[in-house]
Amino acid sequence: MSILPTINIKNSRNKLRNIALPVLLISVLGACNDSNNSTPTVMPEPEPMEYSYQVTVTNLTYAQPLSPITAVLHGDEKMWSVGESASSALEKLAESGDNSDFIAQTSIITSMADDGVLMPGLSSSITVSTTEANATHLSVTTMLVNTNDAFSGLTGLELSNFEVDQKMSWNLNVYDAGTEANSETAGTIPGPADGGAGFDIVRDDVDVVTFHPGVVSQDDGLTNSVLTQAHRFDNPAIKLTITRLK
Amino acid sequence: MKIKPLISTITLVAASASTMAQDLDITVTNLSQGLYFTPILTAAHTSDSSIFSVASAASSELQAMAEGGDISGLVSMLSNANANASENPASGLLAPAMSTSYMISNDSDNTKLSLTAMILPSNDGFVGLDSWTIPTEAGTYTIMLNAYDAGTEANDELLIDGGGAPGTAGIPAAPGGSGGSGGSGVTDSETNMMVHIHRGTLGDDDAMAGKSDLDNRVHRWLNPVAKLTVVVK
Repeated sequence: MSILPTINIKNSRNKLRNIALPVLLISVLGACNDSNNSTPTVMPEPEPMEYSYQVTVTNLTYAQPLSPITAVLHGDEKMWSVGESASSALEKLAESGDNSDFIAQTSIITSMADDGVLMPGLSSSITVSTTEANATHLSVTTMLVNTNDAFSGLTGLELSNFEVDQKMSWNLNVYDAGTEANSETAGTIPGPADGGAGFDIVRDDVDVVTFHPGVVSQDDGLTNSVLTQAHRFDNPAIKLTITRLK
Repeated sequence: MKIKPLISTITLVAASASTMAQDLDITVTNLSQGLYFTPILTAAHTSDSSIFSVASAASSELQAMAEGGDISGLVSMLSNANANASENPASGLLAPAMSTSYMISNDSDNTKLSLTAMILPSNDGFVGLDSWTIPTEAGTYTIMLNAYDAGTEANDELLIDGGGAPGTAGIPAAPGGSGGSGGSGVTDSETNMMVHIHRGTLGDDDAMAGKSDLDNRVHRWLNPVAKLTVVVK
């Protein structure tokens, strides 16, 4: 954070200057070749350093498909926090699995999302890369789609101490976005258990992010639930492994 | 004169190899209120071997352990892999809230620690640890363990004599009591055949009928289900 930003600032004026400078110096050096031994050395503009992280998620649940795994790089902040109200972008992701608003947030420097849903018992990897030195933190998130607004993930992971080829793993728990009541009723759950609408802008729940209490299901006495015992889950729901590639 | 340096070199090699091996004092605590663990198998092994892996299909040896508590297959598998194993330290079942302690001395190549034991009553649930890196630094380390589902048997939650045989439906026993009979079966399918986190048992409050032979007031759990304490000496 301290030194790199000044090196990596990119604009067209800087680029022009960098091209012009070596040309000028070569002609000056040619002229002074014999008379001056202390020739000024010119450092070439360093290649912008690329940072690259492989994000691997394993779906540990029995029957909760995961919405496309979404990894974002950003500055020093958290994309959600227990006890705080979910952003509207997170609300949409946690209620419908739609990550479009989440990755479009102004604080996101770069993002990468998986192509499709990650089914139970499977793993998938994506790679998120940047040359921006202020992309100091990583967040990864996904919705458990056979729920009203359950999601899992890790937010605000500091990357500064991550060395190339270093690998870290976490077993991650399930959060409740707190933006939609856990009614489990038909039409409210986007996953294959229902095929419902998912996102609804109305917030009819506690409106703070918490840990998820789990689903009840019709087999456990919630008469109007479209979920069965198969959709019940316990923590952890996903295994996350992050490897710094560059 | 020539022999002496040779001998001292050999001694040094042997000494450095023996310092790589470690003595581990291990304690397993059953954190649950109503679950019993069948014979516990703990092993230090190389990074090339494992007892189980999430999102992978269970081996037949793992299946025998998870469905019936039989660790013999896993024991010979680990023995073939030159692992350092501890079998059945509790001499049978480890009851709720009980602990068992034992020691493993691991060879220098066996840098990973794994553990399994079947959970009763369950169809194919087990408490597990997969390839935890044994620290080289002396100290006391605590690891919380989760309940896994081997993915090899439908979680019908029916108590059936002989239900512990691999491929035979049903739960072999509910050691702590409160088991019922006459359930219709919670499910007859297992759609996720990879090792995964157990979704928990459903149970019901009807000991003579209902879907499940398990009691929803006694036989449920939440992760973690066990605590592992490892003292690296």
